[in-house]
Amino acid sequence: MNRFDSMMADFAIQISALKKIYGGRPILSDVNLAIRPGEAVALLGANGAGKTTLLRILATLSRPSRGTAVVAGHDCVKHAERVRERVGFVAHGAWVYEDLTALENLKFWTTLSGRPMSAETLRVALTAVDLDRFAHARVRTFSVGMKRRLALARLTLSHPRVILLDEPFAGLDQQAGKWVDEYLAAFKAGGGTVLLTTHSFGRGLGVADRIVILAGGTVVLDTPAATLSPDDVRRLYEAHAEDEA
Amino acid sequence: MSYARRAWIVLWKDALAERRSKEALNALFFFTLLLLFIFQFTLGGDRERLTDALPGLLWLGFVLSGLVGLGRAFLTERDHDCWEGLLLSPGDKSAIYLGKLAGNLLLMLLVEAIMLVLFGVFFNLDVGRHLPALAGVVVLGTVGFAAVGTLFAAMTAQVRARELLFPVLLLPVLVPVLLGSVKATEAVLAGEGLGGVTHWLKLLAAADTVYVAVGVLTFDAILEG
Amino acid sequence: MTRTLGWLVVLALVAGLVMGFLVAPRDAAQGNVQRIMYVHVPSVLVAYLAFAVVLLASIVYLTTRRESADRIGHASAEVGVLFTGITIASGAIWGKPTWGTWWTWDARLTSVAVLFVMYLGYLLVRGMVDDRERAARYSAVVGIVAALDQPPTMLKPGPSTMPGVFAATLLVNLAALALVYVFLVTKRVALLRREEEALA
Repeated sequence: MNRFDSMMADFAIQISALKKIYGGRPILSDVNLAIRPGEAVALLGANGAGKTTLLRILATLSRPSRGTAVVAGHDCVKHAERVRERVGFVAHGAWVYEDLTALENLKFWTTLSGRPMSAETLRVALTAVDLDRFAHARVRTFSVGMKRRLALARLTLSHPRVILLDEPFAGLDQQAGKWVDEYLAAFKAGGGTVLLTTHSFGRGLGVADRIVILAGGTVVLDTPAATLSPDDVRRLYEAHAEDEA
Repeated sequence: MSYARRAWIVLWKDALAERRSKEALNALFFFTLLLLFIFQFTLGGDRERLTDALPGLLWLGFVLSGLVGLGRAFLTERDHDCWEGLLLSPGDKSAIYLGKLAGNLLLMLLVEAIMLVLFGVFFNLDVGRHLPALAGVVVLGTVGFAAVGTLFAAMTAQVRARELLFPVLLLPVLVPVLLGSVKATEAVLAGEGLGGVTHWLKLLAAADTVYVAVGVLTFDAILEG
Repeated sequence: MTRTLGWLVVLALVAGLVMGFLVAPRDAAQGNVQRIMYVHVPSVLVAYLAFAVVLLASIVYLTTRRESADRIGHASAEVGVLFTGITIASGAIWGKPTWGTWWTWDARLTSVAVLFVMYLGYLLVRGMVDDRERAARYSAVVGIVAALDQPPTMLKPGPSTMPGVFAATLLVNLAALALVYVFLVTKRVALLRREEEALA
């Protein structure tokens, strides 16, 4: 690691003066955010505020128009591949092939990432998300919650240092949502960094150390979550964010 | 080697999914059958004219079924954001291209083999007599077809009016390969063997190499979406 | 700078016209219609120049992601398509009185027609992909594939067997059309850049 990288290692995620223009409109105008390793941050914002755009830039799915984003010690644009090796991304789509079984899906993704694993290792991952009984069932038969759990199993197998989640509780029932909460808590306890976007004021905030609100293309609030109740958060949200849809 | 294994796992995934759903193979088989009927209705009256046109018709059939097969090549990646999964998986993305290319090539060759059999049955094409040379030409032509086709299929998978843009982009680029393949096939079916068309075969081999190389080098830029 | 270039273009075109209509002798066999060769041949050569530039610009863009390379490729493709169209049209106008048909499927004409459609496809990709950056990447790939697809049969022997004054007229017109190309591309690139700045 060179000197620059070791400086950046102080932060798991560091975003400076990030700007993103899409179709002539500035979605993000000036985002600055720093997240330490082991922190969990919940990003709130109205529809169209740019939460997903920001997350996708950090996941190297999109390039910023200006500014820099450094994740897990590497620049998202210049060293995208190295970021991809260290970061896990969970969005609405669960990255599943419906005609394949749960086990086959895991086999595909781990081998594609250059880390082929034995069937036993894959089974252990399935057991951890309680999908072991469905190892040989085609994913077509899975519910949304089961697909999300399979995605988390896949995520674990890649041993990321940072996880980015876009609305991880959307479409999940209570039980499945509890799963995700516990998963994130365990991940954080292991030293991992979490950045998630969420619309719900109860779930996801449980694991968060900080609440960040995005509005008008920039960060308008960045505060520790410890002292806030879900109602406090809702009030802050309504005060700072207007629906930009 | 990790690169080869990654290309292989893509092929494995596509083959497995296709074996389970059988979507592409069934559709293409019926499509092939329909094509033969259309050829018969439009050209079948004059037996001699049909026999003269057979090499061209054969490749016309290959192209039309190839367009259908290739056009669907990346459709499953669009569900559940698998496309992004491919992009975010670490490693050289060209391995994915080669895996996809291998899968498409196998599918196309299978359909072409079926079409050859059907041509043999319905149009009295003596495939067996010229088989080795014919097979060689078909493989050479199809590799080039599949190489550009896979690249452009990836490109158009997420564009609106994909069904229009894909053939519009692919067909002009295929003209040299098509020309070479038809000329060589003519020579083979006329019993002349491959000796007289070596320059066409060289062209095909060169084109195939160039197309695969371009695919490997540029697939990364396409996958970025 | 463009003003000087513009005047240079006008000058060159006038020179070309003078050479084509006044200096070059009337063709014995074909008559005056043969003079259209002085538009037809330079047009196709300039078109090839344009697409070679597209190839280079596309490669540069994919490796450096510099937007200026993308603008040059885009502009050059448009002008290239224009010149290809002129080639086909002038060829047809030449062909009808001379050989009796507007069109024939010989190797040369067919490959020019295919060339035309290929780069129309390039422009179509630009038009149908909304995201500017994505359109740039996709069309760069198309630009590379299309250029590599041109068979070497294009470089057939040319004016070497022609008497001096014909060759000279051809060269003057070639220079004139090449200058037109440079002028149009320069203007178009500037326009593209202003469009982008307006959006940002």
